[in-house]
Amino acid sequence: MNARLLVRKLIDAIVLMAMVLVFNFFLFRVVDRDPLARFRGRSKLSQEQRAAIIKRFGLDGSKWEQFVRYISRTVRGDFGRSFDSTRPVSSEILDSLPNTLLLVGVSTVLTVAIGIWIGIRAGWRRGSAFDRVTTPLSMALYGTPEFFLGMLFLAFLGAKLGWFPTGGVLDPAAHNTGFANIADRARHLVLPAATLTLGYLGSYSLVMRTSMLDTLREDYLTTARAKGLRDRDVMRRHAVPNALLPSVSLIAIGFGFIVGGAITTETVFSYPGLGLATYRAIGNNDLPMMQALFMISSIAVIGFNILADLVLTFLDPRIRVGT
Amino acid sequence: MSSAAWTRRRASARRVWRQLRSDRTALVGLILLALFVTMALTAPLFAERTELQAAAGRNNPDLAAPSGKFWLGTDDIGRDVFALVMWGARVSLYIGLLATVVAVVIGSVLGLIAGYSRGWISRLMLAIDDFFLVLPFIPLAIVLALLLGRSPTVLALVIGGTFWAGGSRLIRAQVLSLRERGYVERATALGASNRHIIVRHVVPGVAPLIIANATLIVPGAILAESTLAFLGLGDRFSPSWGKVLEGAQASGALTLNAWWYYLPPGLCIIGLVLAFTLIGNALERIFDPRLVGR
Repeated sequence: MNARLLVRKLIDAIVLMAMVLVFNFFLFRVVDRDPLARFRGRSKLSQEQRAAIIKRFGLDGSKWEQFVRYISRTVRGDFGRSFDSTRPVSSEILDSLPNTLLLVGVSTVLTVAIGIWIGIRAGWRRGSAFDRVTTPLSMALYGTPEFFLGMLFLAFLGAKLGWFPTGGVLDPAAHNTGFANIADRARHLVLPAATLTLGYLGSYSLVMRTSMLDTLREDYLTTARAKGLRDRDVMRRHAVPNALLPSVSLIAIGFGFIVGGAITTETVFSYPGLGLATYRAIGNNDLPMMQALFMISSIAVIGFNILADLVLTFLDPRIRVGT
Repeated sequence: MSSAAWTRRRASARRVWRQLRSDRTALVGLILLALFVTMALTAPLFAERTELQAAAGRNNPDLAAPSGKFWLGTDDIGRDVFALVMWGARVSLYIGLLATVVAVVIGSVLGLIAGYSRGWISRLMLAIDDFFLVLPFIPLAIVLALLLGRSPTVLALVIGGTFWAGGSRLIRAQVLSLRERGYVERATALGASNRHIIVRHVVPGVAPLIIANATLIVPGAILAESTLAFLGLGDRFSPSWGKVLEGAQASGALTLNAWWYYLPPGLCIIGLVLAFTLIGNALERIFDPRLVGR
């Protein structure tokens, strides 16, 4: 790949990350004038206690001093302390990060793979029975808030039929080890992952279908057919690779929605990840926690977008040579 | 503006309306939308506003199944779920529509500036747009709602303020292409001011796109509102459908099998979102003939 292009993309990425850093400070220290106004039990604090807390949470000094301190601490991975537990925010986050990575990772792979597969089939045979069933279904899924889907799963498959556990990541009563432990975790993952996967499946399959329909008009497909290629080969070798290109960047933007969807999904299933931490931070007005969670989700989404951008550059020769 | 131009515009609006009615999916959307608007308008005929307050359910049974008295049963504090759902239509529609207006105004103005300006202003606008396009919407909206407040109007401003980037991108692209058209060049050659070109040529050119885009922003705004309300960022005294779902989730209605509490508000959200999606897709097809046949 073109080295100059790579450098330019990396500089773009660094600029975006820096913007997130500044924007985050702006939100929490400028839009919100008195961060301590939401600290629990503030009315009982004496003047000295107040000053001590302000210092402890790094809220003293002028805005500029705060900004410099905020940047230097954040870059070192120090996000301050949670208003709620008063533990360092970074350890709270490290505790719940693995659960979220598992849930979001599994759901993203499933929703992208299944969504694209449905979109390709529906678009290639527009008006077929497959298309007539999946397209309205995709639209209905697109219109369903993922947490409502999760509530239905919890109520019917969890509570009523008892097929799956209704919350958590592990059965706290059973002290499983080895394979039993993994199986228990998997059982707890099924409903949240199914919720998040189905919740965002609709947008991917609809985008892919549209992209497929656009490709169908292209002259090179006529050429491929005129060459006498079989229908499957025209689809696999000529239509699909071209139709995939525009959806790569949409997949990346969609990842931002999945990250948002993880918040409500984890809330429904009391799944102890970053999403449930976000829900708790809202309830407790825990601003330091919220600030770190927002920063992490922004950086994750931006990182994913940059990755998609690089993949696209690699796949699409028109971008690679810069035309 | 000359009356001839207005006659022409009225005629084209009538044509769009006719095409919309003859489109089967759009017709389904229009009927659904009419249903929800009727719900929102007639809510006071079925239930007093005071029935939404916590005290209203004091003398009613909690989580009672649907009956002649309570058509959709009661919630965990004895409030009539039917009243909650009817009034919820108002809150959800109000926030969805106001948020869309905010997003469309911001997106259109920034898109016009980004498309029409040149040099560093154009580059700066593009950078801002890029930034808001990649920021995850829901976390950003959560942070803003947490910091700014939870009343329906503030929520609408928050959602609108985070939802404009995609529209602004579309409008910028359209303006860029309009700027190169012959009639704009002709106006420039005849000495027309920027103001004249924008008002007379560019704005009418992007208007259909703005309308179709707005109809597609509404479903996103309604979903965003229900998400924020579900996470506890809604107004307790004017509950939207998302807020009712939060109550159902928190009160354990799911494990108690109280389906009348969570099914109606959830199905209403799906219906309203589908209504706007169907209408928006049809408008896009009407305004953009290249899309015919999808």
